[in-house]
Amino acid sequence: MKKFFHEFLKGIFRENPTFVLALGLCPTLAVSTSLTNGLGMGVAATFVLLGSNVIISGMRNIIPGRIRIPCYIVVIATFVTLVEMTMKAYSPALDRALGIYVPLIVVNCIVLGRAEAYACKSSVTNSFFDGLGMGVGFTLALLLISGIREVSGAGTILGREIIKGFDPVRVISMPSGALLVIGLLLAFFNLIKRKK
Amino acid sequence: MEMGQFLAIFISAVFINNVILSRFLGLCSFIAISKETKPALAMSLAVMFVITMSSIITWFIYRFLLIPFGLAYLRTISFILVIAAFVQLVEMVIRKISPPLYRFFGIYLPLITVNCAVLGVAVLNSDMFFTKSSAVAGSFYYSLFQAVCVGVGYTLAMLLMSGIRERLELCNVPRVFKDFPLAFIIASIMSLSFFGFNGFKF
Repeated sequence: MKKFFHEFLKGIFRENPTFVLALGLCPTLAVSTSLTNGLGMGVAATFVLLGSNVIISGMRNIIPGRIRIPCYIVVIATFVTLVEMTMKAYSPALDRALGIYVPLIVVNCIVLGRAEAYACKSSVTNSFFDGLGMGVGFTLALLLISGIREVSGAGTILGREIIKGFDPVRVISMPSGALLVIGLLLAFFNLIKRKK
Repeated sequence: MEMGQFLAIFISAVFINNVILSRFLGLCSFIAISKETKPALAMSLAVMFVITMSSIITWFIYRFLLIPFGLAYLRTISFILVIAAFVQLVEMVIRKISPPLYRFFGIYLPLITVNCAVLGVAVLNSDMFFTKSSAVAGSFYYSLFQAVCVGVGYTLAMLLMSGIRERLELCNVPRVFKDFPLAFIIASIMSLSFFGFNGFKF
């Protein structure tokens, strides 16, 4: 049990996909305008990670080495299609907000990266916890960024106004604000690493 | 099909909705390969070529295969497979017929498969230039033109960024900001200046 817990925690802190490995930044920046969008993207990516990790590690002995990448892509794309269809059916508003970034989970480097670096040589249960940990780590990073951006860029939390009369810094919710926030956050985490 | 529409696509794809600075597609390659101008240019040309070709191929697949048979939900899978296969093919052909060209941008080609910009443009085209069950008039030309313009926008952002970063090599940067954090902050300022095109009316 302790080992599984270790696999799980690694994705959240030591190998956090966003801040430590700097993977999958495109969706992170594009959808992090509000907490709801960030959470939606995080959950969708976690589901894809979990599913593809389990299936790929289950089939790791059948997939021939030379065509493994196309095989992984098909598995990943299947899960992404599932997410796409579910989202369209049950939460059209979220689907519109995330737009083309839902199909783009296919090319999210985190998912393919975990398949290639971990799932193809680990047991199914280990891969399950690895996928879960990475997914949660990605979701937490998204929540951090989108929290900062929603509070300072729109002056709200989950769509509710926090302080009456607070004039939000609109630039933070624009694309350039996303790049600024992630740049400052990366510098901040560098600083912490240096202190240690 | 009218000229005004083409102009609108051009301004929108190159400046207002610049593929990197406003849509954040292909950000990984933008940050990783923009340290020097020459590799940046090679990468941009490779990306432009692959985006254009793959959006032609995906347009035909979407129009003549997925829509008539009611398979539009297979869009993601089929697009990514076609793009991956196409990139592999181009890599093989280039290696065979032109070794210098292969050395110039061969190593960047495999990376392009997982470049979100390529799949992003294909998906965007099928969203923008198709109604529920058929192509809008002139859809193919719009898609083709939009792909080229996105490539131009990518090249523009890459060249600007690599120019700035080449100069930064000579500067004294705070240590925690070295490399990635600073690259993001530069990109942020560039994105802000591109945002100025938003008020463009014609």
